[in-house]
Amino acid sequence: MVQRLLPTREAEALLDLTRDIADAELRPVAAHHEDNGEFPREVFRVLGKAGLLGLPYPEEWGGGGLPYEVYLQVVEELATAWVSVAMGVSVHVLSCFPVASAGTRAQQAEWLPPMLGGELLGAYCLSEPQSGSDAAALATTAAPTGDDYVVTGTKAWITHAGEADFYNVFARTPGTTGATGVSCLLVDADTPGVSAAPPENKMGVRGSTTAQMIFADARVPGPRLLGREGEGFGIAMAALDAGRLGIAACAVGLAQAALDTATAYARHREQFGRPIGQFQGLAFLLADMAARVQAGRALYLDAARRRDAGLPYGTEAAIAKLVATDNAMAVATDAVQVLGGAGYTQDFPAERYLREAKLLQIVEGTNQVQRVVISRNLLR
Amino acid sequence: MKIAVCVKQVPDTWAEKKLTDADRTLDRESADGVMNELDEYAVEEALLLTEASGGEVVAVSMGPDKAEETVRKALQMGADSGIHIVDDSLHGSDAIATSLVLSKVLADKGFDLIIFGSESTDARMSVVPAMVAERLGVPQMTFANKVEVAGETLKIQRQTEYGYDEVESSTPAVVSVVEKINEPRYPSFKGIMAAKKKPIETVTVADAGVDAGQVGLAAAWSQVDQFSERPPKAAGVKIEDDGSGGVKIAEYLSEQKFI
Ligand SMILES: Cc1cc2nc3c(=O)[nH]c(=O)nc-3n(C[C@H](O)[C@H](O)[C@H](O)COP(=O)(O)OP(=O)(O)OC[C@H]3O[C@@H](n4cnc5c(N)ncnc54)[C@H](O)[C@@H]3O)c2cc1C
Ligand SMILES: Cc1cc2nc3c(=O)[nH]c(=O)nc-3n(C[C@H](O)[C@H](O)[C@H](O)COP(=O)(O)OP(=O)(O)OC[C@H]3O[C@@H](n4cnc5c(N)ncnc54)[C@H](O)[C@@H]3O)c2cc1C
Repeated sequence: MVQRLLPTREAEALLDLTRDIADAELRPVAAHHEDNGEFPREVFRVLGKAGLLGLPYPEEWGGGGLPYEVYLQVVEELATAWVSVAMGVSVHVLSCFPVASAGTRAQQAEWLPPMLGGELLGAYCLSEPQSGSDAAALATTAAPTGDDYVVTGTKAWITHAGEADFYNVFARTPGTTGATGVSCLLVDADTPGVSAAPPENKMGVRGSTTAQMIFADARVPGPRLLGREGEGFGIAMAALDAGRLGIAACAVGLAQAALDTATAYARHREQFGRPIGQFQGLAFLLADMAARVQAGRALYLDAARRRDAGLPYGTEAAIAKLVATDNAMAVATDAVQVLGGAGYTQDFPAERYLREAKLLQIVEGTNQVQRVVISRNLLR
Repeated sequence: MKIAVCVKQVPDTWAEKKLTDADRTLDRESADGVMNELDEYAVEEALLLTEASGGEVVAVSMGPDKAEETVRKALQMGADSGIHIVDDSLHGSDAIATSLVLSKVLADKGFDLIIFGSESTDARMSVVPAMVAERLGVPQMTFANKVEVAGETLKIQRQTEYGYDEVESSTPAVVSVVEKINEPRYPSFKGIMAAKKKPIETVTVADAGVDAGQVGLAAAWSQVDQFSERPPKAAGVKIEDDGSGGVKIAEYLSEQKFI
């Protein structure tokens, strides 16, 4: 068990609760859902009831009022058991961000309680087939029509597509180009014209549904605009700064699980008359893995503490996401190596960790894009 | 309705349990303490009963300082307040002494219902609820897999080997529950924050009106003179299947009197 520095006894109790839920509700079913590509909606209900879907938002609206420092360690702990669910929590929290940060008080009072209370699940729709890293090239339009917006276009790679109850949709006013014409709308799942395509057939994280979302002249009421028209891209980027830390926490939890699997194996597997952990060549591999896990953890916690203190943290968040996910990839690869032939089979979770780690280098800004963010801030 | 739930802190169910060399009592330091699993069902049942018809739930635990965590856990799940009976003289108490102290504390407070888990994972004797009922002179309604209260009438389904008995009594009464009865809730983060402000009263042996000479290791009716570790697992029997594997397995099982 990871020894954590937590600010309060209540935070410790929250982490205990998270571990109990992870052990009882996530770990036993993760492999089955991953094999079958089944989204565990009921697990999110359990998490919602326990209050884990709104932790970093104000208590006034039903959130936990917790600093990122604590919330992210909850995500990390969930990720040691099942990355699909930990990432789902991170994406849900991301999709509450636009209302919480840019909504009016009236919008917050109306929508945040059910979003944070765990009854509803959210999705965040920024990427499109032709605009991934270059998010500002998005083509989905939101045409002002009477008191409504008519939304038309296709969003790609949407986590919780078809499962979510609400969708944050970034769409542009017709005739605009680039970042300036983009607005953010909160769209109900049952809005006519909104539908999900069949899920992508992914190499990993198959317990998390990913699919295109199709908006075919979907009429969204005017009061569902978050912030002002044209402010959407700024909202999207601010949300991603915070969301990246969630992905970093997922990566650290995943890497910790891979390290634990490898360490346990190295203690018991004997070759040449002794446990393989007693060969320095292998022990040093484990040492490097542990160093990588801890480095990722230290980086995301540092960025989180800056955010909690109200300091700028965009560069630190990008560095944390870059290093934690690259480290998770390396650690997961080495875990397979430590298990030898066994690591390459589905009898052990190491190969699953390897498939899952790869995703974290791609989502919420590829690791190249993190470098773009970091270097741009350096050279500014 | 005023309900007491008795909760016990036990070593983590999956942890290796040890006795101490010093006085041959359970080593409570060597493993993480958790709420006895069946006591979670007891807390859940108390919460369900008061949620349905009003009232309050008080979590009561006798145990060392650390046992406060278990009282706190009951508060996080939703109990209203706690009583922690803690006193150095209690160390090594047997079931008879435990039931004495619990019954004294419980008698003072006037509960309509006292709910226990039907056994603890460390001692596994299932006798404390019955002893407490006896000492309080109230009905003992043990091994319940269903509980209903209407006015001053208590009805339970008492789990038996082949089904259940329907048993009825008046309140106040002592109930012990089995795991079939419900599905205990997780605490919520709100529950964790709310528990921070809920009172836990600490009670000593003297506060309970019990003479320290009646409790603890020295007063126990039985003592452990000697103990040895469980022998390591034997290698096991390997049966190669050359066509007669099924027969050999059956022979083995019948030799061991499993079938
Ligand atoms: C499982 C999954 C879940 C996802 N969930 C969501 C979601 O919920 N919501 C959402 O909006 N999106 C989501 N995404 C989309 C994700 O954010 C994009 O996949 C990601 O931003 C990359 O975009 P792309 O796939 O179009 O790749 P591209 O942008 O086409 O990139 C291809 C390659 O080119 C590199 N590249 C691109 N531009 C540059 C550059 N300027 N310099 C150097 N290299 C560059 C990239 O790093 C990458 O290696 C998800 C994706 C996946 C796979
Ligand atoms: C798909 C697949 C196909 C295969 N096909 C064949 C086949 O056709 N024929 C065949 O005979 N075998 C085959 N193998 C077996 C393969 O050669 C072994 O998996 C390999 O030799 C490693 O042995 P192991 O899996 O038992 O791992 P182990 O030997 O248990 O090694 C576990 C880890 O410990 C490390 N280690 C072990 N000893 C030391 C040491 N002294 N110092 C430092 N590190 C050490 C290893 O490098 C590894 O990282 C196959 C394996 C797979 C996965």
